[in-house]
Amino acid sequence: MTRLTIPAEELMNGGHLACPGCAATLVMRYLLKGLGPKTIVAVPACCWAVMSGPFPDTALKVPLYDCAFEATGAVVSGIRAALDARGQRDITVVGFAGDGGTVDIGLQSLSGMLERGTDALYLMYDNEAYMNTGIQRSGATPLGAWTSTTPRGKGDRKKDIMGIVLAHDIPYAATVNVAFPEDFVRKVTKAKGIHGPRFFHALSPCPPGWRYPAEKSIEVARLATESRVFPLYEVEGGRVRITRRVVHPVPVAEYLGAQDRFGRLSEARASEIQATVDARWADLERREKVA
Amino acid sequence: MAKQLLSGNGAQALAARLARVQVIAAYPITPQTSIVEYLAEAVESGALPAQYLCVESEHSALAACLSAAATGARTYTATSSQGLALMHEILHYATGQRAPVVMGVVNRALAMPWNIWTDHSDTISQRDTGWLQFYCESNQEVLDTVLQAYRLCEDPDVLLPAMVIEDAFSLSHTVEGVEVPEAAEVDAFLPKFEPAFRLDVESPGHMGGLLGPDLYTEHRYNIARATDRAHDLLEEVEEEFRRRFGRYHGGTLDLYRTDDADAVLVAMGTAAGTARVVVDALRDKGVKVGLARLRVFRPFPLEEIRALAKDVNSIGVLDRSFTFGAFGAVHGEIAAAVQALPERPFLRGYIGGLGGRDLTPEVLEGIFRDLLKGDDGGPEVEWVGLRRYRHPEVTR
Repeated sequence: MTRLTIPAEELMNGGHLACPGCAATLVMRYLLKGLGPKTIVAVPACCWAVMSGPFPDTALKVPLYDCAFEATGAVVSGIRAALDARGQRDITVVGFAGDGGTVDIGLQSLSGMLERGTDALYLMYDNEAYMNTGIQRSGATPLGAWTSTTPRGKGDRKKDIMGIVLAHDIPYAATVNVAFPEDFVRKVTKAKGIHGPRFFHALSPCPPGWRYPAEKSIEVARLATESRVFPLYEVEGGRVRITRRVVHPVPVAEYLGAQDRFGRLSEARASEIQATVDARWADLERREKVA
Repeated sequence: MAKQLLSGNGAQALAARLARVQVIAAYPITPQTSIVEYLAEAVESGALPAQYLCVESEHSALAACLSAAATGARTYTATSSQGLALMHEILHYATGQRAPVVMGVVNRALAMPWNIWTDHSDTISQRDTGWLQFYCESNQEVLDTVLQAYRLCEDPDVLLPAMVIEDAFSLSHTVEGVEVPEAAEVDAFLPKFEPAFRLDVESPGHMGGLLGPDLYTEHRYNIARATDRAHDLLEEVEEEFRRRFGRYHGGTLDLYRTDDADAVLVAMGTAAGTARVVVDALRDKGVKVGLARLRVFRPFPLEEIRALAKDVNSIGVLDRSFTFGAFGAVHGEIAAAVQALPERPFLRGYIGGLGGRDLTPEVLEGIFRDLLKGDDGGPEVEWVGLRRYRHPEVTR
């Protein structure tokens, strides 16, 4: 019998307003399992601003603070500063934001938080579009994906948030995927013990936005990593380490084919995506070797 | 109590220090910058044991103050002009959060074109955000008002944010003798900030959340009631301040020689200082004029204005901003206040002192002379000292 490595304690209540199959619920649940009850979470405008339920409900067993869309980085700096002023240093401060709130409107305050060395953890749950407002294109939407503002598929590439974050030379950054909960929680537990700004990029499949059946979220999430579209790795003190070495990747077409948002993708575009994925994986392995 | 030479910005910073603020988040903008420089120096030297956040914008400065206040810290920031405009979204958040943040604002004109001099358009534009607004006439008043604002805003019956406002350069960069209270005296007047609700891991809750049509109206009504209470409580706070420190700045509406006056000028900020000199000079000549300095624009002192208006023949309102397509903002508020009176005084608005143009004694005397004529069929709103210039290329 194998021992469960994920803490049994639930810090997310069994009740929320997410869509069926929403992976962002699991992102929050695993994050809090890793961090424990001495945590304060700030959430800007995003799906999670609604998912926690209307006043006076809350889906979390830790303090939850709603903030302005573009302000998450500044808001976690403010919470940290107030805790430090009050001498409460054993509390983990979390900014929990969507991809639009991170790579687009919130990029300035995220950069500020990383630059000023705020001792806090920032997690971006990436459902690759403005899902809360109805599936509009964000800077994190991948090439070729249908959204309600890219009806013929996005013509531009996805913004590399990990590259942007790592340019700030922070102590810890990692990618996580709800299809690999042990890896997810292990990274969170490790990050909890590190001081300074820490960043997580969490893939967060979205059934209505990505257009696949609600029960397939884990399957789609797993394909993202097994096709090397979303590699799992961590960067600690500048050292890259791949945490799931995908030796025999499934073709990217399989991942794309599992979602109707890529339904109008031309073969040429699909090949272009495969080539980009291959190049990025090679680059990741090269960076791991250099380290 | 000792007297120090302080600029308006020095008075802001020293007051924040005396208030023992715990978190400061700030971004530079002329002519506010020296406030946050003084505070940075105080924090670095250890004179002020506070957390100082250098943020990447004014929007972030206020957002950080709000989350720090939510966590239970007394917070301070300062800004001006474009910075205040950029904060606009978060100004609303502050009121909705019921966060007692105190912010220094140095009045400055808005672009374009660039103009860094006194103009009230920046703060007047934020009229409907729910922030209390105090307009100061002297550096002493700046220091005292910051302390009063914390006391008032942190009262559990109020819990609202406030701007303590000073005119660019005339106060911000002009030095005068200021009585500085002892730290212990201030501590006795201003107890530690301990909010009933904060982000607390021992007692988790959700701050913000989603409020539907069933309760949002009540949330806004509560803010309206709190603002009314702030009006009533301010008089008590000022009285206690007078008892402890021996200074009084006039409550919401600071009246000067308005008894038996035929004409009264309403003004905010440093223009009032010049107006006092003009009032004295005219009174010496037997001309019955007075000044009503509007110290608090929000909450607006409706009853105080009505009490003044029922005994005066003419009221002139000097606005250092203009609400395009209507009136000066103070003029409009006073017109609304006096309409409830059975007999209304003659009312005329004067727009002047925009973008730092001097409001000299001659300009203000001209306004009084105009007012004393009563209703001469002239315009409701007069742009004072307007230079009528036409470019030769412009034909119409």
